[in-house]
Formats: sequence, structure tokens, C-alpha cells
Amino acid sequence: MIPELGHFALILALLLAGAQAFFGIAGAARGDARWQAAVRPAVAGQFVLISTAIGALVYAFVSFDFSVAYVENNSNSALPTFYRVAALWGAHEGSLLLWVWILSLWTLAVAMASRNLPVTLASRVLGVLGFVSFGFLIFTLATSNPFERILPAPADGRDLNPVLQDPALAIHPPILYTGYVGFAVAFAFACAAMLEGKLDASWARWTRPWTTAAWSFLSVGIALGSWWAYYELGWGGYWFWDPVENASFMPWLVGTALIHSLAATEKRGLFKSWTLLLAILAFSLSLLGTFLVRSGVLVLVHSFAADPTRGLFILGFLIIVIGGALTLYAWRAPLLKSQAGFEGTAREAFLLYNNIFLVLAALIVFIGTLAPLINDALGLPSISVGGQWFTRLFPLVILPLVALVAIGIHAGWKRGQLSVNRHRIIIGLGIALVVGLSVVFGAYGPGKWLTPVGVVLGVWIIVSSLFDPIDRLRRKLSLPRAIIGMTLAHIGLGVCVVAISTVESYTIERDVPIGVGETVALGRYAYRFESIQPVEGPNYDGVRGEVTVLRDGQPIAIMHPEKRNYWVQRSTMTEAGIHSRWNMNLFAALGEDLGGGRWSLRAQIRPLIDYVWLAAGLMALGGMLAASDRRYRALAAAQAGVTGTAQAPAT
Amino acid sequence: MNRFLIPAGVFVALAGILYVGVVHSPNKSTMQSALLGKAAPKFSLPVLGEPSRTLNSTELAGRPWVLNVWATWCGACREEHAALVDIARAQQVPIVGLDWRDEDDAAQQWLAELGNPYAVVAVDREGRTAINFGVYGAPETFFIDAGGHVQYRHVGAMTPEVWQREFVARLPRAGLP
Repeated sequence: MIPELGHFALILALLLAGAQAFFGIAGAARGDARWQAAVRPAVAGQFVLISTAIGALVYAFVSFDFSVAYVENNSNSALPTFYRVAALWGAHEGSLLLWVWILSLWTLAVAMASRNLPVTLASRVLGVLGFVSFGFLIFTLATSNPFERILPAPADGRDLNPVLQDPALAIHPPILYTGYVGFAVAFAFACAAMLEGKLDASWARWTRPWTTAAWSFLSVGIALGSWWAYYELGWGGYWFWDPVENASFMPWLVGTALIHSLAATEKRGLFKSWTLLLAILAFSLSLLGTFLVRSGVLVLVHSFAADPTRGLFILGFLIIVIGGALTLYAWRAPLLKSQAGFEGTAREAFLLYNNIFLVLAALIVFIGTLAPLINDALGLPSISVGGQWFTRLFPLVILPLVALVAIGIHAGWKRGQLSVNRHRIIIGLGIALVVGLSVVFGAYGPGKWLTPVGVVLGVWIIVSSLFDPIDRLRRKLSLPRAIIGMTLAHIGLGVCVVAISTVESYTIERDVPIGVGETVALGRYAYRFESIQPVEGPNYDGVRGEVTVLRDGQPIAIMHPEKRNYWVQRSTMTEAGIHSRWNMNLFAALGEDLGGGRWSLRAQIRPLIDYVWLAAGLMALGGMLAASDRRYRALAAAQAGVTGTAQAPAT
Repeated sequence: MNRFLIPAGVFVALAGILYVGVVHSPNKSTMQSALLGKAAPKFSLPVLGEPSRTLNSTELAGRPWVLNVWATWCGACREEHAALVDIARAQQVPIVGLDWRDEDDAAQQWLAELGNPYAVVAVDREGRTAINFGVYGAPETFFIDAGGHVQYRHVGAMTPEVWQREFVARLPRAGLP
């Protein structure tokens, strides 16, 4: 009964999404106040209904209702409660439901925060969001209904994919989706601006916090996925250029470009059509990410099976949404003229370079990810673009970008006035050279030639981004959240570049056969394989090794790598043993049982690897701070008293 | 030409490629099996309903056969069962059932109620044979040729379409009896 209620709620939500799209877009076009007034109630109703559907599915999971096919497929009576809830997004149907729910949440937030926007603009934004929601709801109901029953009910379920039975991966999809779906807001703002035929500074100011917030969630989501792959897949890397990872990285790159381009649009009225295009692109890539992972176009480590009807449906939806937006763009963007000019060393110019390099980077990832698919479609032999494509090309665009960031931070708007800040550039570079080179050659010794370059550039960014905040503090000027946020995010970028450059060069990895009591040496460290014991969990059994970490012969830590067999799905998962020190990770993962008490052991030392994820955290925190800047809140507060078609005050 | 049309043009080209990719992408339920083209794992298991009899995989050699992994606790197995019964009626190729980690009584009752498509059902109580076949979850269906090589693996419920396309189509090359 409860699952049917959920199903019914979803159907009602579809109807409301249709109403929201129609009254939002048509109401604004006709200037009909009553039609437009219907939009917000539809948003609220839709949120309540989709939440009801989610609640119904959670209830089915928690109460072991195996007569629901989706529950039967993704749960089991031995599955712990936490994972029974997380199993909601353990496969295709539930993930989609989560997707639309998050969209309804974002839409609700926009509806509540947009009371002070011009009525037609707000209606159009909400209408476009309703349209996207409508498409996803119809897709869910028509091809991927999570409430389908199997009767008679099976006695037990087939269990959640063991890959997903991990805390980091369990919370990874909601956060990642929050990022993906958040770009729908920027997309809706872009479409609304094109429908209005007007794009001004206040439009950019409204769009910025939403975009930055979505970008922050995406950063955390990507980092969580990478962290999970590190300790759960047992390979010991942090990034594999796997298509699923790439699918989330592309919207992130374009989203980063969008954030910067929006800044120029707001402050200087520049890059208007380019900003629109980036907003469309960021959301298109989010949709494509959903498409790549969900339609089974590419068969991957963690994309689940699906059928071609779904693929065709998503493709049709992509064509309507993206194709529609791009057609609108071709028609309306020429009307939106940028007003100002700028010099080649002005901040605007650096933002432009930033955009070019970020889009190039996204293009490299895009080609690398889709090349196998394109080859396949054109009947060429199936190829797989190896990591080499990415590892060779990516630094070529990222390192110049990083250098430009370090310089561009000091550039003023309109006229660069770089000469005024020349001393900052020189001092920054000097500090970076001294610190970077002494760290690289002092602490680690020679590695790949790119490493000292990367470390120096990374340190340079960190130092450069500190000049302005320190200067403001010294002059007792206010330090708004936008500045703190930007500084943190740029420091995050610097930390990330330093960490990746280091870990790429100075990782020690050894895969060795090892018996109990034996030792494997890794530089000044060594691992001693102490014992291996059987373990049993709630829904798995396996073995648990004990590995002592020795430093200069002295034991400093004990790690417990595990290998688990999940009963129902009969699959084996590794849980790496990791000992984290401030400057490195000691990593051990169990490989194969070689018989006779011997195991293959993957032993690694990765310097600074934790800082890659810390960097993502810094960027996300910076984004959140910037998105919550007083400017945006003051904007909302200032307009709270004014109803109707009030324009934003020019602050 | 209007330069603002360029993004739309690029998108149209890309959508075309994606369309071809979706339509022509190999059936996603063909999960990669390390066994494809290799000899099927050997087994020797008790026969359901005849406790004294043991089915040895060598008895099956010399003609193509199909192994269907199922269990009474598996929902999708119930879903595919009617299709299997229909398929078995055509008697194109013997279907051997592998009753995976199941109760014998429940399994016999299931076959009595829903019909028995299997030439013979081997009982894999501990799931060892299923592990050897690399079974990920029931139901799974394997096509094994006369030479004892695994030619195809289908993950998920069997349908008449999959049967025609992937199994019947392989018969002529599999060495009919």
C-alpha cells in the first residue's frame, strides 16, 4: 500500500511539474499575473509529493518489503539499516528518484529566495526548472519505476551491490547529484535571460551564488568518489580517468569557468553570451554525466546495467533540453551585447584566459571519454583511450592556467595595472621558487621534471592569493566572505597542484608475495605481515590481515587490510589498511591468496595524497563562503520589503 | 553564418553519434565473462529430486547445452520462468538448471507449480559451482557449445528476444547433435 502511495505521489508530482513549466513559461510570455502566481504553489506541492515518494521507498527498504522489485534487487534482510536507507540510490531507479528530489529541493530554494526577482524572470526560471523536472519524472515513471511489485514476494532480497556498502560511497551520490542538479539553476537562469532578451548585472548577481553553491557540492562529491576509489578499490590511486569520474569532472571544469565568467559579467557587463553558453554547457555536461553513467553507453567499473530504451529516452530528453537551449541561444544571444572594453592585462583578460584553458581542459576530458563511443558509433575498431591521453595533455593546459592564476590574482579590473603590483608578483614568485624547490629537492630528491614546476606554481598561487587579504587586514579594511571564499578556493587549487605534483613523482609502490612474519621494505619504511585472521560481518565474511609499519626498524603503526566476501552477491571487496601521517599515506591492500599462508600484498607510500582531498574541501568551503556573502543576503533582505517588479538596487 | 549557431551545430553532430552509440551498443546484459570462449568449469552435483543420482558435467559434453542459474528466493527467476518453460517446449537445446543456494523442497514445489523447463537440475547448495562460473547474481544463463566452451553469458531474466538473438542464433555454430 505504501509503495503504491509513493507511485501515486510521483504521478501527481509529474502533473504539477507540467503545470509549473506551463504556467511559468507561458504565464511570463503572456504577462498573466494569475498564471504566474500558480507557479510557486506548484513548486511547493511538487516538493512535498516527491518527498512522499522518497519516504515511501525508504519505508519499503527499512521494512524489508521485498515485494517491491527495487528493494528485492538492492537489499537483503542481513543488510545493516544505514545501507538499507542508502540502498535507495543503490541502482538506476532510485538514483533517478533521488535526482528529481534534489531538483525539487533546489527549485524550492530558488522559489523561496526569488520573491524579490522581477516576476516574469522568476516565473521563467521556475518554469524551466519545472520543465527539466517534468522530463525526469516522465522518464522515471515510464522506464524506471522504483515502485514496481513482484508477486508473490520473494523471501529475501539480492542485496545491495557490495561496492556501495561503504560510508563514503553511500553519501557520495546525494552530494554529487546536488552538484549536478544545482547547475540546473544556472541553466534555468540562462534560459530565462534569453527568453527575457535581457541580461544585466543584477541577473549575474542572482545567478552567482546558486552556481557557486552547486560547484561546491560537486567539488565535495568528486573528492568523495576519489577518496572512496582510493581505499575501497584497492588500487591505491586517487584518480583513474575512469569515464564515471570524468563525467563529474567535465561539469566541474566548465562550472569553474562559469563562476569566473559570471564575475566578469556582473562587474563589467562582459562575456554575456559566453556566460550563457557556459551555463548551458555546464548543465548539459551534468545531464551527459547522468546519461553516460545511466544508459550503459559505456560499460564501466561502477555503472550499472541498463537497457537501450532508457538510453534513447535520455537522448531524446537531451536533444529537447540542450538542443532547445542552444537554439534559443543562437536566436537570442546576438541581442545581448557586451558593453565594455578592457586591456590585455586587466582582470577581465585573465578571466578570459582562465575560461579558455578550463574549457580546453574540459574538451580534453570530453574527447578522451567519448572517443571510444565515437569510434564505436562510426564502426571503427573499439578503442580505449588510456590514461596516457589524459596524463600527457592535461598538464599542458593546467600548468599555464595555474601560472596565469598566480599572476591574474594581482590584476585590477579594466586596466590591468600589473605594474603597480609588480613587486607582489616578483616577491610571490621568489617565495614560491625558494619554498617549492627546497621542498622538492630537499625533502624528496629528483623526480619527474614536471614536479618542481608544479610545486613551484602551486606554492606561487598560495602565496599570491594571500597578498590581498593580508593587505586588507593590515589596512583594517573589511574582509567580506566573498574575498575569504575566493582566497580559500585559490589556496585549495595551489594545495591541489602541489599535492598532485608530489604524489605523482614520489609514490613508492610494490606488489609482493608475502608470508606471515615476512617484511617488505619501502624506503625508510617497512611493512611486516604479522597475521591473517578470518572475520565475519553482518552480511559478509572474509580475512583480515595485520600489518605492522616499521620506520627505521621501529614499529609505529598497525594496519588492518581486509578482503571481504559478500554472501548474497558472492563478490569480493578489498578494504585497504591505511595509516595516515601528516605528510604521507602508508597503504596496504590484500591481493590474492597464493596458498600456503602466502598472500600478494600491495604496499604503497603516497606522499601528500590526503592534501588532494583536503584541497577539494578548501575549494568547496571557499565556494560556500562566497555563495553566502553578505552582498547576496543583503540583496535578498533589501528587496524583502519591496514586492512585485522591483529591480535590484545597484550595490 | 551566424556564429551563435555553432554550438547548436556541434550538438547536433554529437547527438547523432550518441544515437548511433545507444542503438548499436552491445546488449548491456552481456556482462564480460572471463569464461567466454574458455572451457566451462567442471562440476559434479546431486540431481534435484533424485538424491542418489549425481550429474557430472562430462555427461553433457558432445552437444550444446544451456546452463540456467536460478533459485526460489530470486524474484527475477520467477519473472523469467514462464519464458524458460516456453523455450524448453521447442526442445532446441537442453536446459540444465543450477539450483543455487536453495532449499530442495522449495525448489521442487516451485517446479511443480510453475512447470519444469529443465532437462535436469543440479543442486549447488554451497554455491561453489556458481562461483566457478563467475555468477554475479541469479538469474544468469550460459550457452555452452558441443566442445564444452562457454559461448555466451546472459545476466538477468531471460526473454524470448534474448533467447532468439543470442542463444538460438548460436546453435548452428555450436555443433548440433
